[in-house]
Amino acid sequence: MTSIQPPAEALWWKQPLDRVEGTWITIALVWSLIMFVMMPVWHIYGKQNLSNEAYKTTPSAYMAKTQAMVDKYTVRTETAMQIPVVKPPPGSDVYLLGRLWQWWPILQLEKNQTYRLHISSMDWQHGFSLQPQNINIQVLPGYETVLTITPDTSGDQTIICNEFCGIGHHTMVGKILVSEGKS
Amino acid sequence: MKTELFRTCPESGLQFHKSAETLMRANAVAAVVMLLIGGIAALAVTLTRWPAVHLLPADRFYQLLTFHGINMLIFWIIFFEIAVLYFCSSTLLKCRLATPRLAWLAFLLMLAGVVVNNLAVFSGQATVMMTSYVPMPANPNFYLGLILFAVGALVGCFIFLGTLVIAKEEKTYEGSIPLVTFGALTACIIAIFTIAMGAVILIPTYLWSIGLISHIDAGMYRLIWWGFGHSSQQINVAAHVSVWYAIAAIVFGAKPLSEKVSRTAFLLYIAFLQLASAHHLLVDPGLSSTWKIFNTSYAMYLAVLASMVHGLTVPGSIEVAQRSKGFTKGLFEWLRKAPWGNPVFSGMFLSLIGFGFLGGISGVVMGTEQINIIIHNTIYVPGHFHATVVIGTTLAFMSLTYFLIPVLFRRQVFLPGLAKWQPYIFGIGMMVFALVMMGAGTLGVERRHWDMAFTDAALGFDYPASAYTLMGLVGISGVMAILGGAIFVLITVVSVFFGKRVDSESAWSTTSTRLMRAKPDLVVEGGHAAAGKWGFAAPGTFAMAMFFLAVFVVYYAVNWKYLASVWPMS
Repeated sequence: MTSIQPPAEALWWKQPLDRVEGTWITIALVWSLIMFVMMPVWHIYGKQNLSNEAYKTTPSAYMAKTQAMVDKYTVRTETAMQIPVVKPPPGSDVYLLGRLWQWWPILQLEKNQTYRLHISSMDWQHGFSLQPQNINIQVLPGYETVLTITPDTSGDQTIICNEFCGIGHHTMVGKILVSEGKS
Repeated sequence: MKTELFRTCPESGLQFHKSAETLMRANAVAAVVMLLIGGIAALAVTLTRWPAVHLLPADRFYQLLTFHGINMLIFWIIFFEIAVLYFCSSTLLKCRLATPRLAWLAFLLMLAGVVVNNLAVFSGQATVMMTSYVPMPANPNFYLGLILFAVGALVGCFIFLGTLVIAKEEKTYEGSIPLVTFGALTACIIAIFTIAMGAVILIPTYLWSIGLISHIDAGMYRLIWWGFGHSSQQINVAAHVSVWYAIAAIVFGAKPLSEKVSRTAFLLYIAFLQLASAHHLLVDPGLSSTWKIFNTSYAMYLAVLASMVHGLTVPGSIEVAQRSKGFTKGLFEWLRKAPWGNPVFSGMFLSLIGFGFLGGISGVVMGTEQINIIIHNTIYVPGHFHATVVIGTTLAFMSLTYFLIPVLFRRQVFLPGLAKWQPYIFGIGMMVFALVMMGAGTLGVERRHWDMAFTDAALGFDYPASAYTLMGLVGISGVMAILGGAIFVLITVVSVFFGKRVDSESAWSTTSTRLMRAKPDLVVEGGHAAAGKWGFAAPGTFAMAMFFLAVFVVYYAVNWKYLASVWPMS
């Protein structure tokens, strides 16, 4: 029983490596470095990266910006709750807010157009989870995330909340509708 | 001066200090009680997420999920780890435990923390999940209970360090501390860092909950909370890797391939594991990509490298020990002829395989900055950490318990025939559970969520049928794992409290022997390598490691491919 006994040799750190260890450490280190390099490489060549753009905000300031967009671009409302469906022009700043327990408003976007999507929370932490795309972003109160997105599939996408936010968490559902556009 | 009593276990040759023995027993028993109550909550939670059963109402589900997380991840594991720390210092070094009275105070503080926290959760005013993200408020006692528990655990850590000092001072051992004690020391150092982080975030949050602080920034909370939350999982890694080495030594008489490599790998844990808090913040606002890449790669994956090293050296040490006993045929005779009916070994080996293949690979993949976008907060995440913490840590601790029942508690294992099967029922159940959860997460199913059908929502969403199938399998495999856990609790409790005593004599006396160096190896001509192949001492293990690497590379590539299919964003 020697892993639970003091090492046999007093100068155990001078004991040479076993060949199997040396070989494996080399291979594992090379793989580790490849994985490390992959992330910066994807920032350069990959298309799915999160921006580093975020701002400090307050719920009231963010609400005001969202409301201004809703007032300007609402095209219709949905469900008995009269949720506005907003169709902002391509290339513009689009505001989405999360609150107990709703993603608001519904966004109508065009395929292959680029938008600056802003997201923030009015109250607790929420999880922006776009399905079935499966894009997941943490949403914090007091922080405004800006994400430049280019929907390249048309159809309805659902935003669900995947950060626990209280008893109504599982009812917090929103929509991003993507139309074919002019192309 | 108080006379210290010791006994030597005739079967294992281990020497127990009387005060330490009682403390280890108390901490281990408390741990199993936590496992039991956390397990009951696990059953309720699993049966609710199984769509066809959907057992609990929403409020009760979220409450019990909070309860399950805290009792398993914090209380069960840390109580057991305190017992492991006392074992690795007092027992392995044949030394009296430092300040047993303070150790009892630590134990009582931890118990008090458990009661205060659990009562807060039971009151229904602390349904905030284990992470208690601000600004969602909890009853102040929720935080107070965690603080009390952490202070107790911190005292336990210092008693471990104190015992190392006494052992050195009183020269109870020759040369350097054993590898297993060294591993426990790294766990202890990480634990002290972790608890300090916990204090930095939980104390202000407590003050906020009683109204003395007006605002806590949500982003700052997450950063520091995860310095505590993820680091605490690194204590588990260091502790269960130590347990793997200990079991390899106990069952096979294995020695490390080289002390230098194994110890350096433990040191890498101390140097780099703490960066892991960043894994949880990859899709958070306000942190730069540079920061995320440096930290989540554990500074170029040096801590992952450490785990890959242990993943080779633990089975490698077993292979060398087995080969020197003559199991030299082919690549895998040493493994085929291992004692698969001995739960101490089978549990440990399943723990090693599950931790590496499921927990390790998934952890690195989802911890990649960009890939995290398609995984964050889906049920993939609990799939990953059930593989690391439950298969890795809990199963390793269960295996060690089968060794401790006769040695520490002096009882025979109750229903040894069933005990043989328990690691398989629990381990395989958990492996399937983790896998299908990861599968469901890949389809976007959310974690911490009561209703994947969104029945009460104004706007609806339908997951594909395959997601429902996978969540059904989560239910079935979860129940299987819980059955395995229940068998463990049954065997342990009956053995310890009502079991037949071990026959052999192990009397208390004031004499203590000194821990001597391991005997130099009786190496066959040409070194260990002569018993192996290709000049490798452990060729079978090397082949397994290469297989592991191949799986890793393929799965990593598949995830980049999946990521490339989602909407472009920058």
